[in-house]
Amino acid sequence: MALALETAGLFKQFGGLTATNDVSLTVEAGARHALIGPNGAGKTTLINLLSGVLKPTSGRILLEGTDITGLSQHARVGRGMVRTFQINQLFGDLTPLETLGLAVSERNGHGMDWWRIAGSRQDLIEEISSVLERFHLADVMNERTAILPYGKQRLLEIAVAIACRPRVLLLDEPAAGVPEDERHEILASIAALPQDVTVLLIEHDMDIVFSFAQRISVLVNGALFVEGLPDDVAKDPRVKAVYLGEEAHV
Amino acid sequence: MVTPSLLRRATESLSARVRWHPLEIIFWLVAFGMIWLMPTRHLILTEIAWLGLFALSLDLIVGYAGIISLGHAAFFGVGAYAAALLAKHELINEPVLALLVAGLAAMVVGFVTSFLVLRGSDLTRLMVSLGVALMLRELANQFGWLTGGADGLQGVVMQPILGYFRFDMFGHNGFIYCLIVLFVLFLGARRLANSPFGLSLVAIKNNPLRAAAIGIPVDRRLVEIYSIAAFYAGVAGALLAQTTAFASLDVFSFDRSADLLLVLIIGGTGYLYGGLIGAILFKLMQDYLSVLTPQYWPFWIGALLVAMVLIGRDRITAWNAPLRDIAAKLDWRAGRRAAAAAEDR
Repeated sequence: MALALETAGLFKQFGGLTATNDVSLTVEAGARHALIGPNGAGKTTLINLLSGVLKPTSGRILLEGTDITGLSQHARVGRGMVRTFQINQLFGDLTPLETLGLAVSERNGHGMDWWRIAGSRQDLIEEISSVLERFHLADVMNERTAILPYGKQRLLEIAVAIACRPRVLLLDEPAAGVPEDERHEILASIAALPQDVTVLLIEHDMDIVFSFAQRISVLVNGALFVEGLPDDVAKDPRVKAVYLGEEAHV
Repeated sequence: MVTPSLLRRATESLSARVRWHPLEIIFWLVAFGMIWLMPTRHLILTEIAWLGLFALSLDLIVGYAGIISLGHAAFFGVGAYAAALLAKHELINEPVLALLVAGLAAMVVGFVTSFLVLRGSDLTRLMVSLGVALMLRELANQFGWLTGGADGLQGVVMQPILGYFRFDMFGHNGFIYCLIVLFVLFLGARRLANSPFGLSLVAIKNNPLRAAAIGIPVDRRLVEIYSIAAFYAGVAGALLAQTTAFASLDVFSFDRSADLLLVLIIGGTGYLYGGLIGAILFKLMQDYLSVLTPQYWPFWIGALLVAMVLIGRDRITAWNAPLRDIAAKLDWRAGRRAAAAAEDR
């Protein structure tokens, strides 16, 4: 099967600290792949390398077979590598409607359009509306993002990424900090992602990981430790030892 | 799949941004009405017009893109000297064309220096922009053979606007000219602010990290808006030079940049009218107070600023929040929209 995402010998060093240590990860097209590991294992660093926030010390990143190691963040988004953030990174002064409109405009290459009014493209409005509806944001679409409830902000965090129409979606702890009763909205929206979108999920919550992932990679001290099917990873005694040991419910 | 009422509401909300608010219409009617209402005050109104344009230019980078600058006079000065030199050496005699060229000259300087302000935090940007303005001022001082040095550029003779409207000594035509230029450039800025480009600037100001993560080329956008703002500032400077037929080193001065920031803060940032309202208040206060206390009028400007900050606390511009509330209530169309939305449900 074709590979959506591949890293080859990825290293990242901060001074004397090796945050990413020779990571060679492959993610198949359309996969639901989870990346887990104890705190400080370098999961978010890896996402930052993949999305272009950080430049690797050495190694290469391939997106659908093309080397994107040297590309800027926005160029990677243009090629379909889109991420969400563990801590909400939203535009406080814009409404969800405007935020999504902006994301769609940028994707269509209308971002430089300083003459056309934001609301004058019918196809754009249809797409924004459909995302608003899917992520239960229609009722708050005209509120300033800064004053939205946390759960709604969390939904918007993912909705913005979807509006970029990703080929590969990097989800960094999508349910982090969401209260139990609002969790299902987030999980349902992730489960409903189109099958052709490849998803790499970072998550601490093992219930989410095992209900969602078809394949799991375990990262320990910046290096890939184990990779395999969820059942195999769950049974692996080494994984239990370093990470799942005290998680009795797995 | 999408419910039609949601589509309608989304279209409505997105296009509501650009609809003209009744207060805006009143604002411009009054502004143009000044041509007949206050014919004896056209000289100070001219100053208000170019200062408003200058402040609008600063609002584009401070209020929209979040780039704070203490050296915006750099571009104002380039525009002023360019316009004065073009007229003096009879390179371009027609003022409107010269105005455009002067603005473009400032834009080039803005483009080149924009790469310096891209990097770093607010403090770095303050220092870099301040440094650029200081350097340009000293360059103008050094090249006295061209700029007239400390004496200023004298002997500028302005030709009639469009070959027809003479700059008269009472400043009537000068004011009309400045007002029209201000209005046209304001329309451009208004369009820009409500476009995807304008939204992307606000996004960059709010969160540059996420802006890049949704595909916005952050650095390029900042270079673009900085250059555009420099064009606006250059045109403002050129208007000063053309209406006074004079340019001096003081166009580059630190005071001018600092006053400009004051003007914008008095009026409020990020809604385009802040610069214009600020310019009106600032000039009127300056005019009124300098008659009362010719030497000490800045004291009262300072006192006002302190009072505004105390009222506003976290947001300096909060002092005019009650005004904005009234504006919202006055917007009868907003009420109608709300009623229409209620019907949909």
